[in-house]
Amino acid sequence: MNSTAVAPRDTGVLVVGACQAGIQLACSLREYGYTAPITVVGAERHAPYQRPPLSKTLLHAETSPDAIALRSEAFYADHGIRLVLGERIIRVDRGDGGAGVAYAHSGRSFAFDRLALTVGARPRRLPVPGADLAGVHYLRDADDALALRAALAEAVDVLVIGGGFIGLEVAASARGLGCEVTVALADDRLLERAVGVPTSEFFLDAHIRRGVRVRLGAPPVRLLDDGHGRVRGAELPDGSVLTADLVVVGIGAVPRTELAEQLGLTVDNGIVVNEYGLASDGTTVAAGDCVACPPPVDLPDGPARIRFESVNTAIEQAKTAAALLADRPVPYWAVPWFWSDQYDLKLQVAGLSTGHDRYVVRGEPDTEKFAVLYYRGGHLVAGDFVNRPADFLAVRSALAVGRTIPPEAATDTTVPLKKLIADDPRQAVA
Amino acid sequence: MPKVTYVSDAGEVRVVDGLVGDSVMQTAVRNGVPGITGECGGVLSCATCHVFVDEADLDRLEPVSGLEDEMLDGTVVDRCPNSRLSCQIKLSEELGDLRVTTPEAQE
Ligand SMILES: Cc1cc2nc3c(=O)[nH]c(=O)nc-3n(C[C@H](O)[C@H](O)[C@H](O)COP(=O)(O)OP(=O)(O)OC[C@H]3O[C@@H](n4cnc5c(N)ncnc54)[C@H](O)[C@@H]3O)c2cc1C
Ligand code: FES
Repeated sequence: MNSTAVAPRDTGVLVVGACQAGIQLACSLREYGYTAPITVVGAERHAPYQRPPLSKTLLHAETSPDAIALRSEAFYADHGIRLVLGERIIRVDRGDGGAGVAYAHSGRSFAFDRLALTVGARPRRLPVPGADLAGVHYLRDADDALALRAALAEAVDVLVIGGGFIGLEVAASARGLGCEVTVALADDRLLERAVGVPTSEFFLDAHIRRGVRVRLGAPPVRLLDDGHGRVRGAELPDGSVLTADLVVVGIGAVPRTELAEQLGLTVDNGIVVNEYGLASDGTTVAAGDCVACPPPVDLPDGPARIRFESVNTAIEQAKTAAALLADRPVPYWAVPWFWSDQYDLKLQVAGLSTGHDRYVVRGEPDTEKFAVLYYRGGHLVAGDFVNRPADFLAVRSALAVGRTIPPEAATDTTVPLKKLIADDPRQAVA
Repeated sequence: MPKVTYVSDAGEVRVVDGLVGDSVMQTAVRNGVPGITGECGGVLSCATCHVFVDEADLDRLEPVSGLEDEMLDGTVVDRCPNSRLSCQIKLSEELGDLRVTTPEAQE
């Protein structure tokens, strides 16, 4: 195949990455009336599936990746979406106007008029000696989850490195399977980047109550070999040793930006896109975990761009990118939200609490049913909710329409938050 | 094979063959039935799978759980007496065919 070949104009959109964002992008293109061909190429062998169950139900139930498929096989055919699985794109060549050809590892090639990158992220590798021993697991895709599930069935002492969502969900699942579990992390609090202090403290207590040991500010400096190439534990910064026959590393994810870099796109902790999902070349679109985009809500003095890993963000960004490709551009402006399930605890988070200057706690954290509402300059900006789904929905809707909930009234749990939604004082004062 | 009939807010009807064990939400999403989003995949986190169940089918369903009941209070289109979250309705041979109407909006 001639690598300088330029695609004819009827080859349509090529979506690289066949998961939450890629499938949504393809579906939304059809919904928005796009009629040219759509090809979605994915590196994984499984039909596109949901990732959230991988750290939850899939670890302790005999569920197969098929059971968490995003769409049925027939769906793709019915909607004229060509799905190619098990092919990793390793190079893209481009001619004029954005059209080009993408090459897979196998040598197969895919011509396109427009390119969409929905390549997601890969787990951050543990940068310490011993990290490549047998018995050290990462969790990103279905194959990782199946391998971890098999390992958990045999494990006695599990060490989870990292105190983010994946680490804590794995800790909860492993505990549910009867393992001894220790969580060791570098940060001084759990879920540091995702929730506020009261919610972090609650999760610390809740995991300890369920028998998990937590070592804050104690990132393992070395994993120990049992003499046969298998992990037997980890050494902490103070020289103490934790015994473990299974180690799960959950220390964050790194956006997959190599194709973007090869194409010369601007990359800064993710493929940089504008509010329409358009990359720096003015023709490629990108969405999901691989993307750094302008914050989708007002963030005075906040970062110029954020990368937000959640199902909702992947879906909303994919819709935005599809709308652009279908010539119906609408800027991405939505309240980001996500959830996490650990034991019988349902956490839901709405909005971005970055830079809040006040919070109120609604309900008693010890009852394992409470909410934290965050304010910045008197405006409601976010909330964390533990087993309070109605409050979550009330805050998500209030934020979506730029309204607020008076902090003083919010602490009265006898009044539903929905009844307290009020005009934002910002508007009232103006 | 249980069939689910989805009626849109505008009155369009889609009949889909469901698989025993799948939920009414999964059956809709996997087959591209508009009107049901199901962002959280059925774990009672998103409330984007709200439906109105046909009165004739309502009594045959498992009762609403505490969490579902709370979520129903926060759906985008206000709850009605026959409102359910469709991810909580599992298809079975005993239950047989179902008919639901989807609300005007989910988000
Ligand atoms: C274990 C786990 C649990 C989670 N739980 C939650 C949760 O409870 N709630 C929540 O809101 N979010 C959760 N998330 C986050 C959420 O799943 C992600 O934000 C979402 O999947 C991002 O979708 P994406 O399509 O951008 O990326 P991905 O899901 O990573 O998909 C990218 C796809 O692209 C493929 N790909 C990459 N490069 C290439 C290439 N060169 N050629 C071909 N294919 C390629 C990859 O193989 C992958 O399948 C969880 C994530 C994980 C890993
Ligand atoms: S699918 Fe999310 S609550 Fe039903």
